[in-house]
Amino acid sequence: MKFAVIVFPGSNCDRDMYYALHDVLGMEADLVWYEHSNLENYDAILLPGGFSYGDYLRSGAIASASGVMQQIKAHAEAGKPVLGVCNGFQILLEAGLLPGAMLPNKTLSFMCHYEALAVANHETSFTTGFDKGEIIHLPIAHGDGNYFVDDATLSELKKSNRIVFTYTNNPNGSAADIAGIINSQGNVLGMMPHPERAVEKLLGSDDGIRLFQSMIENWRVAYAANL
Amino acid sequence: MKKVIIHIMPKQGVLDPQGKAIQTSLSALGFSEVEDIQTGKLVELFVEDAENIDERVGEMCDKLLANPVMEDYHFAVEEVAYT
Amino acid sequence: MPLTYNISPEKVEQEKLYLGMGLSDEEYAKVKHILQRRPNFTETGIFSVMWSEHCSYKTSKPLLKKFPSHGPHVLQGPGEGAGVVDIGDGQAVVFKVESHNHPSAVEPYQGAATGVGGIIRDVFSMGARPVALMNSLRFGNLATGRTKYLFQEVVHGIAGYGNCVGVPTVGGEVQFDDSYEENPLVNAMCVGLINHDDIQKGVASGAGNTVIYAGAPTGRDGIHGATFASDDLSDESDADRPSVQVGDPFMEKLLIEACLEVSHSDALVGMQDMGAAGLTSSASEMASKAGTGITMNLDFVPQREQDMNAYELMLSESQERMLLVVKQGREQEIINVFEKYGLQAVTVGEVTKEKSFLLKQHGEIVANIPVDALAEEAPVYQMPAKEAAYVKAFQQMEHAVPHVGDHTAMLKQLLQQPTIASKESVYDQYDSMVQTNTVVTPGSDSAVIRIKGTDKALAITTDCNSRYIYLDPKIGGRIAVAEAARNIVSSGARPLGLTDGLNFGNPTNPEVFWQMKQSVEGMSEAACILKTPVVSGNVSLYNQSNGRSIFPTPVVGMVGLIESLDHLTPSFFQEPGDLIYLIGETKAEFGGSELQNVVEGVYEGKAPASDLHVDADRQEQLLAAIQEGLIRSAHDLAEGGLGVALAESIFNGKGLGLEAGISGDPTVALFSESQSRFLVSVKPDQQRQFEATVADASQFGSVTDSGKFVVRVDDGVLIEEDVQILHDLWKGAIPCLLK
Repeated sequence: MKFAVIVFPGSNCDRDMYYALHDVLGMEADLVWYEHSNLENYDAILLPGGFSYGDYLRSGAIASASGVMQQIKAHAEAGKPVLGVCNGFQILLEAGLLPGAMLPNKTLSFMCHYEALAVANHETSFTTGFDKGEIIHLPIAHGDGNYFVDDATLSELKKSNRIVFTYTNNPNGSAADIAGIINSQGNVLGMMPHPERAVEKLLGSDDGIRLFQSMIENWRVAYAANL
Repeated sequence: MKKVIIHIMPKQGVLDPQGKAIQTSLSALGFSEVEDIQTGKLVELFVEDAENIDERVGEMCDKLLANPVMEDYHFAVEEVAYT
Repeated sequence: MPLTYNISPEKVEQEKLYLGMGLSDEEYAKVKHILQRRPNFTETGIFSVMWSEHCSYKTSKPLLKKFPSHGPHVLQGPGEGAGVVDIGDGQAVVFKVESHNHPSAVEPYQGAATGVGGIIRDVFSMGARPVALMNSLRFGNLATGRTKYLFQEVVHGIAGYGNCVGVPTVGGEVQFDDSYEENPLVNAMCVGLINHDDIQKGVASGAGNTVIYAGAPTGRDGIHGATFASDDLSDESDADRPSVQVGDPFMEKLLIEACLEVSHSDALVGMQDMGAAGLTSSASEMASKAGTGITMNLDFVPQREQDMNAYELMLSESQERMLLVVKQGREQEIINVFEKYGLQAVTVGEVTKEKSFLLKQHGEIVANIPVDALAEEAPVYQMPAKEAAYVKAFQQMEHAVPHVGDHTAMLKQLLQQPTIASKESVYDQYDSMVQTNTVVTPGSDSAVIRIKGTDKALAITTDCNSRYIYLDPKIGGRIAVAEAARNIVSSGARPLGLTDGLNFGNPTNPEVFWQMKQSVEGMSEAACILKTPVVSGNVSLYNQSNGRSIFPTPVVGMVGLIESLDHLTPSFFQEPGDLIYLIGETKAEFGGSELQNVVEGVYEGKAPASDLHVDADRQEQLLAAIQEGLIRSAHDLAEGGLGVALAESIFNGKGLGLEAGISGDPTVALFSESQSRFLVSVKPDQQRQFEATVADASQFGSVTDSGKFVVRVDDGVLIEEDVQILHDLWKGAIPCLLK
């Protein structure tokens, strides 16, 4: 399985994402500069955190309008996995691959610390490695992480079990304590907390590693089934 | 040459924490008559004259300048001299 | 000041316009003598910024020479963008601290943000990847609206810039004292990692090589910022607002990546940040260091505003700009790298054999100055020094013990003093974890980042108790270095070296200059004995308003090496049953202490004594005990003494408690600020081995699972309180004051 970590101007968790996959999990991964990239040969696309284009205009807005998004949309439509973390999640929202939008945190300040999350849906291809309702610990680091969505869409998200992670102690004002959601096809996950920052006990938690392991395991199962 | 002035504001019902913070602060300074505040963005474009300028600016707003999930926009077009 | 071409050299002289730029009559005469003619307006501006304190260190140079800057591991001492120290395996650590005090007083968000941007550029201009940021901040009492505003905006500015560029802000320190009311201090430190082979220098060697300008275009930002930074801050500074620079961290992030990419190319000869005094200092210093000259055509300099004249282009302090010297014929390779990141890079000149600084614009020569006159031959002043009268009086005072009636109430009060209280509400706003190396996050004695691909880690701290330095600059200077070293050792690291950020008042005041001299001497002694060479630094003077100086504040930024991750030592107690030891002696020393300020509302008397040899031995023994695996936790004793250190050690959210017994005067035992002390915890089965390794250690308590903070004196209970209550007071104090 081969991962593409998309690097936009201003991405700054790209190398951390690469390190988690390549160095910690021993996977094949490339840092792919957003221009002139060809994503055809990758099995999964990772949109890392950071401040793409300085978060100017709105977090993720300018990156979502860049050319590479067409390829990412095609990849998503083909049912291949796409994971957006933090700024990557904001880009997926701005690009319309996931519903809703991000507002500034209710505190109006950037915040960076560990949060306890409940795995609200442990049956997605990103979360099978977790137990139902399990509480995991991942760091957050964002200024605009206050998830906003209209009521109709929110009830749709709830009904179709597309809320994947929730905060147990909502830090930023997100609707319905949402920390991560998935698309209706079940292959595009966006989340504000950083699983790639929690891949070694030395750093405080290795709960994030099971998210990547779930992706790998489910890809292998699907791959074997298609042989 | 046309100057397009675009106002981008949070949609009705969308929390505007910045506006709330400014209101609290104004109130603390004694400006208690302020009942509500909305903060937004103002974007100015300088555009070549064209027939379909309203349509084009609308597209720009829909595609990039505003986020329809949480923001509304309106704009005005003014004539300006070449600089 | 009108910025036109039309001001003739004669007018500059007759109307003494040079005074407004910061040159004295004597300095102007020296310029005339060097040039053998009157300098034109642009040249006068160039001399004034290069001869400002900020660029030339004209008053502090004689003092800075006293710092020990060599050591077996030092690869680069002061004089380049940042200092470099070997850490083995072909790697080195690069670090420097820099102040941005005056800009932050005028526009706190941008002042702090651009301070962070500037120090990051100093580090990556060496070819090093920036891996951590620290800061050291000083404000007035957190009581006035203005101080609250300055504090919050400075923190926002540091966060806004650091978070965006993707360099973790892993810690720092904040102190609040009246003396900083008008003059807040914002010192930022950056640490980078580099392979020895990649070390770059800011040199313009090789006549015929090409000078390339890269990064943001030049606007009229911060013109005369370098002289502004060296002036007394008066009430008129608010009107100076337009001269403050605005930072673009997004551009900086792209510059980091592009510059690190070109630093691997053998086409690159040298690289330097355009910091204070912008294009002028970077170009002239690079040439001066290489023994060459530089010719530039200013028409090629990317410009953000129209009709900029030579004076403005040369003195602008627009941010996020770098100057590179590249081998002739290989310019395009370098330019291509910058273009990949969407950055502008253009040829603006060439290196010349003739050692002159020659600038052209619109086909005319606008400046022609011997290069060495700007850097090497800048004036150096031996300022008069005079022992401050107040210090003499303080030395006559006897050590006195402030009266404390209720020790529980006093502990609570101390824990809520802003200087002691939790800074979580500050550092929560910093991305402290990006780059996934942060092993010890903010809130401990030192921050620790691991070095990927090795079993090693770096411990980093910033420290300076300016109250002691105010009472006795020499002793206080020793203490600043020794305390930083204790912070480093507590985390399990051996100190490698330090960077200093010297913040003082007006050096033309002999008492202020004496403070500088004495504290530099104290710091030098400590740096020698504790084997922590001074590898880089920064000087910020004239931190005074309306005749009132700040406390002398020579900030110490120190880096240490943890040789194995097994040596990582937390500053918090770990397990019930562990034995609590105090290492070192406690005397009645309250001069400059937090208790003195709380009880008596002053800082006066003698500073606590500091025996550097005792400190050195103790640090060596504790490090040995840590490396042998005998220490569960270690914490340096500082403001608020043992009582505060005990509380801080128990605040780790594990529901632990402690039982301790003290003897003698409980106020001395709990709140004295005697130096060279550590609070450590040890597993019971390692007691004997620990005691054999560390001298002067006495067990006086143990960790419990009760959630209670209990201190007994002579079999009576002196303090018994829920840890949670103490914790909440400590944690909530600053947010409460900011409401």
